[in-house]
Amino acid sequence: MSTTETTQKRGPNIFRILKQFGPLLFLIVLMAVFTALKPSFIDPINVFNIMRQISITGLIALGMTFVILTAGIDLSVGSLLALCGMVAAIVAKGGAANTLSLSATAGAGFGWFAALLAAVAVGSIAGGVQGVAITRLKVPPFVVTLGGLTIFRGLTLTLSNGGPISGFTPDMRWFGTGLVGPVPVPVIIFAVAAILCHIVLRYTRYGRAVYAVGGNAEAARLSGLRVDRILISVYVIVGFFAGLAAFVLAARLNSAEAVAGVGYELTVISAVVIGGTSLFGGIGSVGGTVVGAALIGVLQNGLQFNNVSSYTQSIVIGLILIVAVAFDRWLKSRARS
Amino acid sequence: MAALAATADQSAPLLEVVGVSKHFSGVTALNDVSLDVRAGEILGLLGENGAGKSTLLKILSGAQPPSSGRINFAGADYRPASPDAAKRAGIVTIYQELSLIPTLSIAENIFIGRAPTGAFGLIDWRRMRAETRGIIARVGLTIDPDTPVSALSVAEQQLVEIARALSLESRLIIMDEPTSALTETEVSQLLGIMNRLRSEGVAIMFVTHRLEEASTICDRMTVLRDGRLAGHLHREGGPVAIPLIIEKMVGRAASELYARPTQRNAAGAVRLSVRGLRTMRDPDAPHAIVLDGVDVDLKAGEILGVAGLVGSGRTELARAIFGADRIASGTITLDGSPISPASPADAIELGIGLVPEDRKHQAIFAMLAIQHNFSVAALDRYSNALGIMEEGRERTALADYKKALSIRMASPEQAIEGLSGGNQQKVILARWLARDPKVLIVDEPTRGVDVGAKAEVHQILVQLAARGIAVMVISSELPEILAVSDRIVTMRQGRMTGEMSGADATEEKLMALMALDQRRGDA
Repeated sequence: MSTTETTQKRGPNIFRILKQFGPLLFLIVLMAVFTALKPSFIDPINVFNIMRQISITGLIALGMTFVILTAGIDLSVGSLLALCGMVAAIVAKGGAANTLSLSATAGAGFGWFAALLAAVAVGSIAGGVQGVAITRLKVPPFVVTLGGLTIFRGLTLTLSNGGPISGFTPDMRWFGTGLVGPVPVPVIIFAVAAILCHIVLRYTRYGRAVYAVGGNAEAARLSGLRVDRILISVYVIVGFFAGLAAFVLAARLNSAEAVAGVGYELTVISAVVIGGTSLFGGIGSVGGTVVGAALIGVLQNGLQFNNVSSYTQSIVIGLILIVAVAFDRWLKSRARS
Repeated sequence: MAALAATADQSAPLLEVVGVSKHFSGVTALNDVSLDVRAGEILGLLGENGAGKSTLLKILSGAQPPSSGRINFAGADYRPASPDAAKRAGIVTIYQELSLIPTLSIAENIFIGRAPTGAFGLIDWRRMRAETRGIIARVGLTIDPDTPVSALSVAEQQLVEIARALSLESRLIIMDEPTSALTETEVSQLLGIMNRLRSEGVAIMFVTHRLEEASTICDRMTVLRDGRLAGHLHREGGPVAIPLIIEKMVGRAASELYARPTQRNAAGAVRLSVRGLRTMRDPDAPHAIVLDGVDVDLKAGEILGVAGLVGSGRTELARAIFGADRIASGTITLDGSPISPASPADAIELGIGLVPEDRKHQAIFAMLAIQHNFSVAALDRYSNALGIMEEGRERTALADYKKALSIRMASPEQAIEGLSGGNQQKVILARWLARDPKVLIVDEPTRGVDVGAKAEVHQILVQLAARGIAVMVISSELPEILAVSDRIVTMRQGRMTGEMSGADATEEKLMALMALDQRRGDA
């Protein structure tokens, strides 16, 4: 036996613990501060309000977590959300001919379920096409989805002729505005989706493969993983969630707009990155993303609550993004030494 | 050698390190190490990875202070506050990663921060060029001083760094692994320059892993092991014998390291048969090696060694069988039926495994847990029909392999990057064992593995063959091939050039076959 074998020293390491729970601690501190400034911040009504606000971008952020774990990126999600929402609205209205009517009952609509199916199908297919372009044409994800960002927006404007489609049936609107007990329906959808994503990433074969592909694509290929299929699948997943989020958003606003979701990609990516997922792939978790989304939601709401202008909010959120990543880097270097 | 040794100043050492220790937050990296270097001698500093060489270099080059002990240099107490102070005191360290600025010329690099000036404080380019010519001539370079450093080979850049050190009137030059990136010709050139500098009275500390070079050129060697002094070795009449160096580095006799494991099973039936294998030339890499009609058989329960120089096609053979590279023509049969794996995933399903040559880039997932690194090729075996991982079974399996392969790790949750090279390699071997492969190809089984752990990896390979696995071992270390192989084939330029039994093979015979091609009319 060699005596020079070294194994990493383990033991209580404050930096490692901080690294894992840092964003969560920051979220708690932030909520405490806002509560101290204005106690009504912590009222259940406001808390549920925050949760409902984050559920739309949160849903997309769940899908984006898969993408970023493979060291990819999807800039098209905001546009794709608009496209899916528009398709869902047209289906809900029972076809393109009825879209100008504001009344929910005017046309023989295809019902909320068909609208939901259409939204997630369009999202998944669009994501799959981008995934194929990334893996087969070997164009970097940044470029493909940057193209997707303008293509999907253009498609949406073409479909809608620029105007919104409004007026849905009450059972469809329930998905955006309904309550189960005190809990808004979008929050329930987000929570269920987050739990499912957590299970998939943490406990399944597929989840292991996603981390492996992001950690080292060549080693993953030489370990027998079908790397291209896994890469395509993560873009399908984020597209699916863009479709689901689009449906919920349309239901909540009782309207689908061609300009919906502009800039969402940045909020979504910020949530994932603040939550500790590495843009280089292989490191991250759904729990982190939920905390990241919550952090952004709490900041926006709390600043608004204290009458801070939305301009200033943007500045603060940008700074938090940079500080969060810098802090993460610092902890990483400390946890190793 | 006697003439050279005579120039060494026998009276007082130039550098004297006495009882130096270095502790990092509870870990002792260097423990009571003493050594000395005299003017006009080359001292070899040797030791395995983690033996403490780097820590000692950091102290000598002024990057870190020692925790205790004292250092004398040129008769005075030596406590450099920074690398710059060390340089001014007369000790220059040349690292593997060279510190020249690639976009600047040779002259600018040599005179950086101290360019000769003339009238009005402007740079006197003519003088600078002329002086540069003289300075680089000392290391045998006759290149135009205006050449940008980026246009130089690594070897030439190294010489420029040495020349710069000389121009700073350094009295001790420390070279950290200077030969690792050089070709053989360049290595002998560098050793020639080192000899010349020695005769001019410069002291050199030569840190290296290459025992042959150390044995050729060093007057004396200091060997470190586990942060302690393992011993000093002297030239006595001839070069220090390599087995002696290994024994000091490892703490036991070298004969045990490459001992041919004794118990052997008779090879079984032919498992894998390759006939007329050719690979396609990649239009993006027209100079890459292609296989040019390879025939080889691999039997169950045997270890087949594949010997060949870099570029002989040995790795390409492994990749072609494994489905990682495209095949142009030829057949592969596994247990009698023809196979044509189009991807590693196909090959793995057929029962073929590959431990690739470049562990860091091709095998490990550095920041993932050992557990996840272990099971990545066998996820289907450790998950249920719904695709949910059965972590209990996975953990038990890893625990079994941990015991069987004596993998030293703190916890299966630990990131694999924290393990030593030898333990990482054992985890990769366990990854394949978890699939019960019929054929296992191991490319460079002990690259980046400490000398002590090499024998363990060899023993594991023999055990695998004993279990009936057909094992193919590819290695650039002939002693390794000789130690583990039942049968050895040699390759050269994408073809097989010979075959012999492991018992008959010698390094000389293999070398001859690996280098053989001009003698063949058809090659």
